[in-house]
Amino acid sequence: MGLSKNKYFPLELSILKHYNDNHNGIYNSCHPKVKETRDSAIVQFENIRLPLTNSEKWRSTNLQDLYELEYLMGDEKPVFDKHINEIFQCNVRGFDTNVFSMLNGWYYNSNTQQIHTLDDGVIIGSILAAQKAFPELISKYFNEIASPSTHGLLAANAAVFTDGIFIYVPDNVESKKAVQLINMVNRDSNIMINSRNLVILGQNSSLSFLHCDDSINQHPAFLVTNTEVFLGENAKLDLYKLQNLNNWSTLANSTFVQQESNSKLKINVLTFNGGIIRNEFNIDLIGEGADADVSGIYLMDKKQHVDNQVMLKHSAPNCTSNEMFKGVLDESASAVFNGYIYVARDAQKTLAFQKNANILMTNEARIDSMPFLEIYADDVKCSHGATVGQLDKDALFYLMQRGISESDAKLLLMYAFVTEVTGKIMIEPLKVSIDDMVKKRLRGDLSICDKCVLHCSTPDIPIEFEIDLSKI
Amino acid sequence: MLLNIKNLHVSINGKEILRGFNLGVNNGEVHAIMGPNGTGKSTLAAAITGREGYEITSGEIIYKGQNINNQSPDIRANEGIFLSFQYPVEIPGVSITNFMRTALNAKREFEGLPAIKAGDFLKKMEEKKKLVDIQSKLTNRSVNEGFSGGEKKKNEIFQMAMLEPTLAILDETDSGLDIDALKVVANGVNALRSDKNAFIIITHYQRLLDYIVPDFVHVMFDGKIVKSGGKGLAIELEKRGYDWIKDQMANR
Repeated sequence: MGLSKNKYFPLELSILKHYNDNHNGIYNSCHPKVKETRDSAIVQFENIRLPLTNSEKWRSTNLQDLYELEYLMGDEKPVFDKHINEIFQCNVRGFDTNVFSMLNGWYYNSNTQQIHTLDDGVIIGSILAAQKAFPELISKYFNEIASPSTHGLLAANAAVFTDGIFIYVPDNVESKKAVQLINMVNRDSNIMINSRNLVILGQNSSLSFLHCDDSINQHPAFLVTNTEVFLGENAKLDLYKLQNLNNWSTLANSTFVQQESNSKLKINVLTFNGGIIRNEFNIDLIGEGADADVSGIYLMDKKQHVDNQVMLKHSAPNCTSNEMFKGVLDESASAVFNGYIYVARDAQKTLAFQKNANILMTNEARIDSMPFLEIYADDVKCSHGATVGQLDKDALFYLMQRGISESDAKLLLMYAFVTEVTGKIMIEPLKVSIDDMVKKRLRGDLSICDKCVLHCSTPDIPIEFEIDLSKI
Repeated sequence: MLLNIKNLHVSINGKEILRGFNLGVNNGEVHAIMGPNGTGKSTLAAAITGREGYEITSGEIIYKGQNINNQSPDIRANEGIFLSFQYPVEIPGVSITNFMRTALNAKREFEGLPAIKAGDFLKKMEEKKKLVDIQSKLTNRSVNEGFSGGEKKKNEIFQMAMLEPTLAILDETDSGLDIDALKVVANGVNALRSDKNAFIIITHYQRLLDYIVPDFVHVMFDGKIVKSGGKGLAIELEKRGYDWIKDQMANR
C-alpha cells in the first residue's frame, strides 16, 4: 500500500461517518440480508479503501482528486412536490414507456405507494419498500452476485446505499411496455449518491429496460450505482443505458448479471457526456445456451473520460457472447476498454467475440484498449480485436470528391462508424432518437445537455444528413 | 477552354511523377489518355481533383479560367469536376441514398439553390438508376460495401449521372468489367455526353474506346504526353503495343 493509503481521504471519512450515523438507526430496520451486507461491506471498505491507480483495474482511471472533496452524503428524502414531468421532459415520439425516477438517490414518485404492479404484471418500485413487500426475493437474490469486495466504491455502495430500483418480472410474464428509469441529480451542492438496484426476471419472462443517468444542473455529483440482474431460464432482457451527465460529474456504474439456460441479454451502453464515467459489467453465463450481447458507444470530447470494463464469464457449455464497443474521442478526451472473456473448463462449444474500435480525432485524445482471454475449455471459438485509428483518408477524399465539405464528410464517417452499434437497438423509435442524438453530439450541438438525452433527441423533423448540417 | 494544364510537375513524397504535362480540353470533347502502367495516369487524375499528398511543384491547372492548384477537393467537385475512381472506396454505414442526397445538396448550395425536395430527389434517382441498369435495392445499401467489381463501376457512373459534372475523369473504369457491364457503363457515359461537358478517359486498353469514341487520344509516358492523335491512334496502340512509342522516344 502506498503512503496515500495510510491517511483517510475526506470522502472515505464521510462514508465511514455516514455508516456510523445510520447503522444503529435506519439500517437496523433493513431486511436482515441487507443489514448483514451493509455491516460486512463497511469492514471490507476499511480494508480495501477507495480504488487508486496503483490497482491494475484502475490504472487508467484516476479518481483521487475527487476523494479530496467534501460531499453531501445520503441526502434527505426529497418531498414529492412536483410531478416528474415538471422537472424533466421525456417524450420520445412513438415510444411509450412506464417511467420511474430516482431523485438524488431516492425513489421518487407521486404515489405514496412505493411498489407498483403494472398492467402487464411487471412489479417495480423502491428497493427499500421491496424489503418489506418481497422479503423472500431479497433473501434469495440480494447481494448474491454483486461482490462488494471488488473495489472500495462497490464496498462503500453496499454499506451506505440510500435507495434503488427493484424490478421483478414473474415467471412467464412478458412486458409489453418498456420500463424507463430516470436517475436524476438535482442538488445545489456536491453530492455523493449511492444506489442499489435489483432486477429479477423469472423463467420465460421478458423486459425492455431503459436506464438513463442524467444531470439536470451543473453541480458536481458522484454517482455510484450497483445493479444486480438475474435472468431465469429463457428470460430475455434488453437493457439500454443512456449516460448524459454534466462535465463535472462522475458516474461509477456496476452491473452484475447472472444468466440461466437459454436466457438472452442485450446491453447497449450509450455514453454521450460526463466528466468521468466508469462502466463495469460482470456477466456470468451459468446456464447452457445463454447468450449475452454487450455493446456500447462513447462519444467524448473536452477532458472527458470513459472507462468500460466488461467481464464475460462462460461457466456453462454452448453459450454465446458478443461484445462491441466503439468510440470517437475528440480534443483531450480519453477512454479505457478492458474486455475480459473467461471460459471455464466445462464451457465447451463456447462462442465468444469481442471488438473495440476507436477513432481519435486529435493527437491529445487517448485510448487504452486491453483485451484479455482466459480459456480453459478446448472446443471453443473466441476472438478479440482492438483498433485505434483516424478517419479513413481514402473515404474522406471519396466523399469530398463528390462535393461534400471536409467537416461534413468527417461527420458522416463518424456517424457511419457508430451505426454498427446503434443499429442494434431493437426499439425502433428509440433507435431513431438515439440516431438523432448521435448526430447532434457529433455535430457538437450537445456538448452538455441539461435535459434528458431522449428529450433532446426528439426533433419535430428528424435530422437527416444533408448538405448543410448547421441549418437543420 | 474548359481545362488547360500547363507544364505540370507533380511529386508524391518527393518523387516526381508528372514531368511537364500539358493538356487542353474544350467543352464537348472526349480525350482518351493511354499509356503503360506507372506513367502517371492516375496521378494526373489525383492532381486535377486535388487529392492530398500530390504536390504540384510547378505548372498550372486552369479550370474555367481559374488556377485551381490550391483549391480544396470539395470546391473543385462543386465546380463540376468528377472522378470515377479506379478503386471506389467502401464506406460502411453510409447509404448511397443519403450520400447522394448530401452530395447533390452540397452542389446546390454551392450554386445558391435550395435543397432538393425529397420527391424530386427520388425521381431523379430512379431515372439515373435506369441509365446504368442499377438495381433498386443497391441504393439502400452502404456505399460500395460488398459490391462486385462491376457494381462498383456502375455505381460510379450512376453518381456521375446524378451530379452532372462539367468535366468527368474516368480512371480505368473498364478494368474488371465484363463485356456486358462495359457496354452498360459506356452507354451511360454516351447518354451524358453533350456540348456543355467534357470527358477524360484514362485507360490501359483500347477496348472501352470501341464504345466511347474519343475525339483525341494521347499517349502518356514517363509523366507527360508523348504522342497525340485521333481515335486511330488507339487502334494502332492496340495492334502494336507501347514499345514502338518507347523506341521513338529513345531515338529522339
